[in-house]
Amino acid sequence: MYAQAQTWWIILRICLEERLVYRADFALGTLMRFLPIVTQIFLWGAIFTAVRGDVAGYSYHDFIAYYLLTMVTRAFSSMPGLASGIAREIREGTVKKFLIQPIDMIGFLLLNRLAHKLVYYGVAIGPFALVFYLCRHYFPPPPDPATIAAFAASLAMAFLLGFFLEATIGLIGFWFLEVSSLLFVYMLFNFFFSGHMFPLDMLPPPWSIIVDALPLKYLAYFPAAVWLGKVEGSQLMRELWIQAGWVVFFMLACRVAFQRGVQRYSGFGG
Amino acid sequence: MAVGNMTKQVQHHPSYLRVFLTFARNSLVRDMTFRSNFVIEMISSMSWMFMNLGFYILIFSYVDSIGAHTGWGRYQFFVFFATTALTNSLVQSFFMPNAEEFSELIRTGNLDFALLKPIDTQFLVSLHKVHWSGLGNTGFAIGLLAYSLYQLIAGEGLQLTAVQFLLYPLYVGCGVLVLYSLMIGLAASSVWLGRNQSLYNFWFYITNFSRYPMEIFDGPPGYARRWVGRSLRGFFAFVIPVLLAVNIPARMLAKPLDQNNWPLAAFALLATAASLWVSRRIFYWALKSYRSASS
Repeated sequence: MYAQAQTWWIILRICLEERLVYRADFALGTLMRFLPIVTQIFLWGAIFTAVRGDVAGYSYHDFIAYYLLTMVTRAFSSMPGLASGIAREIREGTVKKFLIQPIDMIGFLLLNRLAHKLVYYGVAIGPFALVFYLCRHYFPPPPDPATIAAFAASLAMAFLLGFFLEATIGLIGFWFLEVSSLLFVYMLFNFFFSGHMFPLDMLPPPWSIIVDALPLKYLAYFPAAVWLGKVEGSQLMRELWIQAGWVVFFMLACRVAFQRGVQRYSGFGG
Repeated sequence: MAVGNMTKQVQHHPSYLRVFLTFARNSLVRDMTFRSNFVIEMISSMSWMFMNLGFYILIFSYVDSIGAHTGWGRYQFFVFFATTALTNSLVQSFFMPNAEEFSELIRTGNLDFALLKPIDTQFLVSLHKVHWSGLGNTGFAIGLLAYSLYQLIAGEGLQLTAVQFLLYPLYVGCGVLVLYSLMIGLAASSVWLGRNQSLYNFWFYITNFSRYPMEIFDGPPGYARRWVGRSLRGFFAFVIPVLLAVNIPARMLAKPLDQNNWPLAAFALLATAASLWVSRRIFYWALKSYRSASS
């Protein structure tokens, strides 16, 4: 047990060091990710000169706060290169290193991603703090501790959900080899139906019903909505449970896909 | 004799049009080899456009125009969006795959082969692949443009003259060239940087500013948004002129009576020429610094 923990600790440390090699690129990339927010600030600013009152229950300030909060949630849930990386390892055969070594592939990737995220937060906290400080007057007063706890829980689960969902898509590579078009479709749906592009409660039915039934909204919309007080009380608890349900579902789906995939897989050569 | 013939052939200027048509045909042959992939690519990039359109339809279900008194009502804005889609689809079909490959050519040293060919290197590097499936979006854009113009002419009494229809493609062409210049300039910089993944994102983030009417970069008096917006507008119109790429052609059709159109349109021609010139200078400057890779 101790030896196992030590192995994972070393893996985490190696991944951390590997990530820190490119820290300047990281910091620059993070700052640039805020550029689209700038156009959103101006777009919604212009839109709000033509309306009186709210749009779908959001004031202009709520919109900006919403977009900034989805940046935070996406920092937890987005997994750049995860699915395509898994599919590439399957296609090129390098996946067999996980099959012959006593290391669980999904566990390794999870730790790798955790290291990536930890480094990312370490570097990104600077740009994030700067932008949030500059935009502080867009935010409503901070919510009560219970809501903050729910927000933290939803963020942690957004990370897990994003990881297991993308890993599952990557593992489909055992069957299709090339998953890039599938990934494109996923990315497309993710962009629009996770709430990255606009608050999902703007949608009229039947779209709102469809979006409610999908797990994507827990990747960006839900944590932001929790902070802004759009989801409260018993509904908040129910949604948190649904999010946890999705995490478990994709955790299992990922396991099943890996096991079935390995049975199908055949590796040749050195 | 043979040597004499060869010298003659080398000195003979290549027909750029014919070379380009050969590139286009080769790319089409390659695309048609993987036909289902071609169809999937086309559908997926078009669905991206439809989703974006959906977003704007959603916005217009809450408001009548993008900004009060800006003149960007529903169909005017759809003309704008169609122009964005048109410009971007042309850039993505003709230049994007090549610019991506250019950085890779530099990194691997394969640029040597391009330098050896008896043809302008920038031409060869910029156009040797055509991404035909990107033209699906061009079709989408033209369809949306026609529909929106019909709505404006039939519903709002918009009057257009032949001059506007002639100038529109000219300014779309200018827009494409401005975006191309920025892209090839950034790609060339990978000579100095080795890899430039972030610079690619940078292109997307900069051109993001071109996707909205320039009027939105403003704010209420006394707010920081006002001067930030106006500075951004000035910067992206006069320093890196991406804001003109879509705004000028879209205004030609959607807001023909706007007073600012003509001075801006005249400036756009100048800006296009300047962008091309600067990007060509950067390109050749980068080639001078290129020192191949390995053997």
